[in-house]
Amino acid sequence: MPTAIINNQPLELKPGEQLNCIQAAQRIGYEIPSYCWHPALSVVASCRMCLVEVGDTKPDGTVVMQPKLVPGCQTPVKEGTVVIADSEKVKAAQKATLEYLLLNHPLDCPTCDQAGECFLQDYSYKYGRGYSRLQEPKNIKPDKDHIGENITLFTDRCIMCTRCVRFTREVSGTSELQVVSRGSAEQIDIFPGIPCDNKLAGNVVDLCPVGALCSKDFLYQQRVWWLKTTKSVCPGCSTGCSVDVDQNEDQLYRLTPRSNPMSQGDFMCDEGRFGWKYIHSDQRLTFPARRKNGEVRTRDWDDIIPSLQKALTKAVAKAPEKCAAVFSPWMTVEEAYMLASYLRGLSPKVKLALGPVKTVGEDDTYPKDFYGKPMEPVKFTIRAEKAPNRRGVQMVLNHFAGAATTLGDLAADGAAGKLEAIYLVGGDPTGWLEPQQATGLGKAALVILQDFMPSAISDRADFMLTGGSFAERDGSFVNYKGLAQEIGRAIRGPDGTRPDGRILWDLTGRRGLFNAAAVRKEMAEKIPAFAAFAQGSLSDFGVLLNEHGAPEPHVVVKA
Amino acid sequence: MPSFEPVLLARIAKPNSAKLETYRADGGYEALKKALAMTPVDVTTLVKDSVLRGRGGAGFPAGLKWTFLPKDHPGPIYLCVNADESEPGTFNNRILMELDPHQLIEGIAIACYAIKSEKAYLYLRYEYGRSYRVLDAAIKECYAAGLLGKNILGTGFNLDIVLHRGAAAYICGEETGLIESLEGKRAWPRIKPPFPAIEGLFRKPTIVNNVETLCCVTHILNRGSEWFKSIGVPPDPANPRDLGSYGPKLYCISGHVNKPGCVELPLGVTARELIDEHAGGVWKGRKAKAVVPGGISMGFLSADELDTPLDFNGPGKAGCLGLGTAAVVVVDDQTSMVDVLYNCCRFMSHESCGQCTPCREGTSWMTKILERIRAGHGKMEDLDTLTEVAGSMGIIPGTTICGLSDGAAWPVKNAIKKFRGDFEEYISSGRRSVTSAQELMAGAH
Repeated sequence: MPTAIINNQPLELKPGEQLNCIQAAQRIGYEIPSYCWHPALSVVASCRMCLVEVGDTKPDGTVVMQPKLVPGCQTPVKEGTVVIADSEKVKAAQKATLEYLLLNHPLDCPTCDQAGECFLQDYSYKYGRGYSRLQEPKNIKPDKDHIGENITLFTDRCIMCTRCVRFTREVSGTSELQVVSRGSAEQIDIFPGIPCDNKLAGNVVDLCPVGALCSKDFLYQQRVWWLKTTKSVCPGCSTGCSVDVDQNEDQLYRLTPRSNPMSQGDFMCDEGRFGWKYIHSDQRLTFPARRKNGEVRTRDWDDIIPSLQKALTKAVAKAPEKCAAVFSPWMTVEEAYMLASYLRGLSPKVKLALGPVKTVGEDDTYPKDFYGKPMEPVKFTIRAEKAPNRRGVQMVLNHFAGAATTLGDLAADGAAGKLEAIYLVGGDPTGWLEPQQATGLGKAALVILQDFMPSAISDRADFMLTGGSFAERDGSFVNYKGLAQEIGRAIRGPDGTRPDGRILWDLTGRRGLFNAAAVRKEMAEKIPAFAAFAQGSLSDFGVLLNEHGAPEPHVVVKA
Repeated sequence: MPSFEPVLLARIAKPNSAKLETYRADGGYEALKKALAMTPVDVTTLVKDSVLRGRGGAGFPAGLKWTFLPKDHPGPIYLCVNADESEPGTFNNRILMELDPHQLIEGIAIACYAIKSEKAYLYLRYEYGRSYRVLDAAIKECYAAGLLGKNILGTGFNLDIVLHRGAAAYICGEETGLIESLEGKRAWPRIKPPFPAIEGLFRKPTIVNNVETLCCVTHILNRGSEWFKSIGVPPDPANPRDLGSYGPKLYCISGHVNKPGCVELPLGVTARELIDEHAGGVWKGRKAKAVVPGGISMGFLSADELDTPLDFNGPGKAGCLGLGTAAVVVVDDQTSMVDVLYNCCRFMSHESCGQCTPCREGTSWMTKILERIRAGHGKMEDLDTLTEVAGSMGIIPGTTICGLSDGAAWPVKNAIKKFRGDFEEYISSGRRSVTSAQELMAGAH
């Protein structure tokens, strides 16, 4: 096995693996500081922060070091490469580079959004000097609020790493951002009148290692050290971007992409990034209800769950083939499994249907050229299917031989008086039910609705179960290619709402507290397609399900 | 030294020297005919044997560079002619282009034949408007005479020359900066490897040569490599890496001399000889305090070092960065080195491309410090700061992508080391070269 030496420690290289010095050092747990290098972008080696000593082992075993320091990002590590990243020479270079970077930096950390997660702060603390020797006035460059609809540029904080410029050229392809002027007068700017408003623009804020590019949405909202982060998945489309949900005191402040090579890579789209605002909408259904003849009898969960169990049992006993449930592609697989197994436990004749799956346009791939024409190779896709878990719910229904009917058919059944009980699960914040469907379904004798936003049927429901948004639930979503990823409960929903998993856990008569991992273990035993869930917890990157014999079912989506 | 007959500048004084007609009357394009009768490999070998070192500044052997091209490459292979002559004090390419363009075009054609290129890009400095007009006319003459285009001189060799004007930036003289600029991008030098010979213009193998280098190629073909090696100085036996400095060289002399200008001399002439015999001595009867051996990024020779031979080896031994472009700038003894150095730093700060942190911030920082010293607010510790900043900006081999940072740092290190007394006297006496903030600002750009 080829071996390289990093800081006097041997590192075994896997065959065919191409690592630079920064990545190789990461393997032995050593951080080589860098600004301009990013694994998803091209190498420019311009910040000069990652300078290291590099040498080669000659066939006779002697090591010949290069006389100069070389950028670690640009230098490949091969068999016999020797990297020294902690020598006095390297430290002196890091110290000098940091002094240069801070020379014209305004040091306005107290009012800077990036403070607390800033690489200038971190590296200055670790490698820099405590003071600047500059006695002259600093360069002052104008702030550029016009740079984009969602982003703003604090020009004088910029260290010219050009990550943002390379992102717009290489990933979004739209090339709005550029470097203008020369030398220390250099600035990031846009062409007048063409702001950076592409659908991936928000990523430049995450890419910015300092506080130069800021999100207008998050600007001055929170100090980042107050935020608590939960690993989750963006529910905006079937790409299923891994995200970090940042919240403080049950108020969600931002979503940022979490790097996941199995899923989307390093980025996310602005639709997902800023599309979570409905979570704190004042329209939300905040209290459960049991109604009789349209009148609310109780809003007490402890009454509603047992009453619902009784009502459902009674309806199924009366006419099982006239009982049905509509599963939402916004449910987690755990929720879908609990509901399906419960209803089928009451009677195998209960109909299970997949609710409407919204699609908007066609899959939107990036990079695009200036005129909007997609280019190869594709680096990011915003998918047309605007639901996070159509595939996972479908897999559950396939197991229970459900999805034989559709919401439309059920609505027709309802209108014809052929429905005894209907269990509807919503969850799509953009709405999912058409008025005539609501009228049809509303004619069922027993209407149960589990949702968190009002819809055409929420006032008609005999049982109104107020669930939660994706940020309030535990569970897992299966994305377009069968990758199951966990979503985590980041915040508590409004009083009176309960995470859907908990509602179903109680409804199905399980004891103790809702535990998604326990449900997954149970699914792994019962459903072969979910055998990969046997561990209970999925790793940070998720688990691919289609490796385990679950072919992608062909679904014709009917609304 | 026996009297030397100019070769490169032989024709410049003749009437209509830029015309094809006169060039041919003087035996022009015979070298090209000779080359086309040889194999490309033989032409390359001939140039390699002559040890022709690049005239653009780095002094890399031109023939050796040509051999770095990948063997049996399907093409296209490009030649870029670096005519972005912007090192302060340098104007030899301009004379060659304006007064004898066909000598250059012939050299380009020979070089392209040797490296199997069918397209050459001539990257011309924007400010050289007259060069542009002369070259443009000369290239058109060549196309009309069948010396460029398809099937040149009936040999089946094709060549197009594209004349491209830059947009006035010093960094475009760096070979990969030039390539980026030619591709229509911001002239940010590329990281190497890959070197241009492997992956250059439009990601194809590319050779970048200086104007004067290519002019030399014409004469090497005419007169042979032994003739070329009979001029100049052989390798220094004490320096095993010295390849020798052969051939004629154009020296540009400017600054405080009576007769500034460009002269052609064998490599190895001393600075003193240049000033006294070829530039009419230092003006106003003064003495030289410092001499720039080859463009300001090479550093300074002090008055004691004027006997340094200006070949590829000599300035290095005197603590300079190298011969550079052989642009000799003379500073008289009435001039403060503080002002000289400020001028150098201001130029480099203005021309830094801003890609690498040390160069972008270091050049402007050094300029700011010198501005402050010139405004009468200098402190002695500023000299140490300057030396340290210059030290961390780059040492050869440098810590930045291209050599601009080294070239910006070297005169600072050199000046403070060799003329520290000047700086200390300036600071302690409270002298000022600028009197008001307005003047300070006006001088900054």
